[in-house]
Amino acid sequence: MLDGAATPRKPVEARDTVVIRFAGDSGDGMQVTGMQFTTESALAGNDLATLPDFPAEIRAPAGTLAGVSAFQLNFSSHEVFTPGDDLDVLVAMNPAALKMNVGDLKSGGILIVDREGFNEQNLKKAEYESNPLEDGSLRRYQLFQAEVTKLTTAALKDLGLSARSVFRCRNFFCLGMTSWLYHRPIEPAEAWIKERFKKTPEVVEANVRALRAGFNFAENAELFSVSYEIRPATIAPGKYRNITGNTATALGFVCAATKAGRPLFLGSYPITPASDVLHELSGWKQYGVYTFQAEDEIAGIGAALGAAFGGAIAITTTSGPGMNLKAETVGLALAVELPIVVTDIQRAGPSTGMPTKTEQADLLMAMYGRHGESPVPVLAAATPADCFLMAFEAVRIAVKYMTPVVLLTDGYLANGAEPWLIPDPAALPDVPVAFRTDPGAFFPYLRDEETLSRPWVIPGTPGLEHRIGGLEKEYLTGNVSYAPTNHEQMIRVRARKIAGIVREIPPLTVSGPPEGELLVVGWGSTYGSITQAVRDLQAAGHAVAHVHLRHLNPLPSDLGGILGRYRRILVPEMNLGQLVRLLRAEYLVDAIGFNKIQGRPFKVSEIASRCLKLLGKESLA
Amino acid sequence: MSASEQKLTRKDFVSDQDVRWCPGCGDYAVLSQVQKVLPELGVPRENFVFISGIGCSSRFPYYVNTYGFHSIHGRAPAIATGLKATRPELSVWVVTGDGDALSIGGNHLIHVLRRNLDINILLFNNKIYGLTKGQYSPTSEVGKVTKSTPAGSVDHPFDPIALALGAEASFVARSVDVESKHLQEIVRRAHEHKGAAFVEILQNCNVFNDGAFNDVTDKATKADSTLVLEHGKPLVFGRNRDRGIRLRDFQPEAVELGGGITEADLLVHDERNPALAYLIARLGPPRFPTPIGVFTAVERPRYEDALNQQIAAAKAKSPADLGALLNRGDTWVVS
Repeated sequence: MLDGAATPRKPVEARDTVVIRFAGDSGDGMQVTGMQFTTESALAGNDLATLPDFPAEIRAPAGTLAGVSAFQLNFSSHEVFTPGDDLDVLVAMNPAALKMNVGDLKSGGILIVDREGFNEQNLKKAEYESNPLEDGSLRRYQLFQAEVTKLTTAALKDLGLSARSVFRCRNFFCLGMTSWLYHRPIEPAEAWIKERFKKTPEVVEANVRALRAGFNFAENAELFSVSYEIRPATIAPGKYRNITGNTATALGFVCAATKAGRPLFLGSYPITPASDVLHELSGWKQYGVYTFQAEDEIAGIGAALGAAFGGAIAITTTSGPGMNLKAETVGLALAVELPIVVTDIQRAGPSTGMPTKTEQADLLMAMYGRHGESPVPVLAAATPADCFLMAFEAVRIAVKYMTPVVLLTDGYLANGAEPWLIPDPAALPDVPVAFRTDPGAFFPYLRDEETLSRPWVIPGTPGLEHRIGGLEKEYLTGNVSYAPTNHEQMIRVRARKIAGIVREIPPLTVSGPPEGELLVVGWGSTYGSITQAVRDLQAAGHAVAHVHLRHLNPLPSDLGGILGRYRRILVPEMNLGQLVRLLRAEYLVDAIGFNKIQGRPFKVSEIASRCLKLLGKESLA
Repeated sequence: MSASEQKLTRKDFVSDQDVRWCPGCGDYAVLSQVQKVLPELGVPRENFVFISGIGCSSRFPYYVNTYGFHSIHGRAPAIATGLKATRPELSVWVVTGDGDALSIGGNHLIHVLRRNLDINILLFNNKIYGLTKGQYSPTSEVGKVTKSTPAGSVDHPFDPIALALGAEASFVARSVDVESKHLQEIVRRAHEHKGAAFVEILQNCNVFNDGAFNDVTDKATKADSTLVLEHGKPLVFGRNRDRGIRLRDFQPEAVELGGGITEADLLVHDERNPALAYLIARLGPPRFPTPIGVFTAVERPRYEDALNQQIAAAKAKSPADLGALLNRGDTWVVS
């Protein structure tokens, strides 16, 4: 740590939890700033959760409202489950960033702005009639105006950089300031800068200087009168790293394929917010990972199915629009009974919708979005780190049951990050894969008695040559059959096979009273908000329980019993009510939907308020 | 002795399924020629895989006693790509039709060709949708009267050969369902080619488009209507081998030999010249004979080789240590 950081001369106040958001123009490096602050916070021992929020346009016109990019981080001395509701701190690099984000800042919250960013031109672009720094409209906040551009320029003046290059170091000046404010170590950011820009030493020097200048400025200038300490959280011992949902998904697939002893094949077409899985896996070829950037979504899954036919662990990754296009091939995969995992990293729809914004409105499509009777297992990850486990589980189920599996995550999980207790690869479960090679009494659709799955026979196996296809098959031989009763038999056996996967699902964990007034049922990325809301309610003495579903098809066998033990069931979803529809149909329970479709996750307070209303209470206390 | 060590015969490639194409369909002839060639290719039977889409031709895999995959409409090249990429030792064949490959599956076809996977694509072109009972196809001539175009079709057709050449195919050939020897030879050459081999087979649909290729199949007309391409030979055709193709002002011209015109004035076929192949691909009725044979055969890197080489290089460079992968980036220990 820099001199003086460990023993600041200014008073120190303790804080339990802080929610900070860095907001600026798309070109201002706010995602980098946020990620670096996240790493610093993790190394400081805090628990945390992050939420990047960026526009779909790579570079919207500079300074405009459409071009604002933000990164939110919740860091705490206790366990956190969400990136936080309202902001304690907002860093706004220009008027547009202020306008788009200040509404989320708590009254009395810290607002740090680059004063020079509030020039006439930028104010006009942000559609401000008057300068909010001067017109008193920010009176409710602790406003800190730093001359970030001027100070950064001064710190770099002898480096001979262009004004534009200097301007691009402002984000590290802000990181330096906020790092001082919250006692974050800046060494990790320095190390990152040195690695990231190692080919251009002058850029390394410029960014490191900007970072240190920001840190020193915050300490020495009269701007901040206090700094804040957030003690390390009590976290299970072990080795941690930060992980986003997309990275966790990619790692889960590599681990599962390695455990299966088979190559991993990803067929994928670039799509937001799924492309990062393709990027990650493309860099891991030494693990026997094949990545195929296909000509379209259909070819992505088609190639995966071909690889599965050949014996690879085959996956495809996409988002909603791509799921639509893959539906026919999912149907083929379930008819030929070959294992593939289809990952839908959900985003706001319909159609192109809001590609960078999150939603969970593809559940019913995952369940039913194919013609004919075509059941597939559906899994959903609950947190960024959970994506690892669910990706692994999806592969395990796919190969054990010879079926396509749909794995649902979403944009919030994909880009959000949390600390991850790094698993020991040796402790991961096995993924047994046994190709049939015995030609004796072979039939392509001879089923395993327990799982009802057919044998996996790969081309190149002598004596087992056979044909598969999308036409209905005779029950045992797999030959084309139009026999009426055979068709019903095949429909039923495929359905029974998928229903039988219920035996793989561990008992549900109910957080809270085992019976009573109110149960909140969630799935997917609402886990964090629901968990925090229910904990807050329980802490205030309210009898509320939470159960979270990671298996959506089949549903866990103990779910019906659990639902029956509560008077009210609330199902918060980022859609118009899809799980609630399944629960009502499956269990004939009067479950109540709670729906938010704004491209943003639920706030903890929103869920808590809804629960209180159901309990007939006004407020937490 | 395993099946792969025995000498294979045509019978080894006949499956136990009844062939269910219409009586008189050109597909029977193609199936028969392919079944004759397969045992001669030196590939163990279990290493053959036939992948098809949807359509009459796509029933093909059911009738060949190898591994087979009858998939969905137009997607066979995509499925073949995933299989061949991960299992390069297999001999992968795509069987498709003019609707399957050029209409619903057009995108996959052009991309598999440009990637140059070492697979063989047999496109049965009958210029009609047969399985759906007779709608015009993307290779049907303008004005085609069908159930869906009672006033005649108005859209301009694809030429499959020109399309394949435009898609950077490294091997492009055409044959005819009833030309047994020629077809066998082309199928053999397709197999031998190291890269994506595209073969258009002119195939008669005797139910919905009978006689579409009469000019190249009727004994009376075929010598004058067919230009048989041979590498290094001048473009000569005609019953008496007295006609040829020459280039004048960059335009091909059909000429009579004699009267001062000799074979030396004619274009000479060169399979290694895709530009010439494109020029020849543009020949055809009514002004020219239909070229058959190998239009182009050029070597270029194969997708699956490059892909597997990258994986092998990565493996040679760093070990596949899951622990190292999981522990990448900034880590910290909580004690």
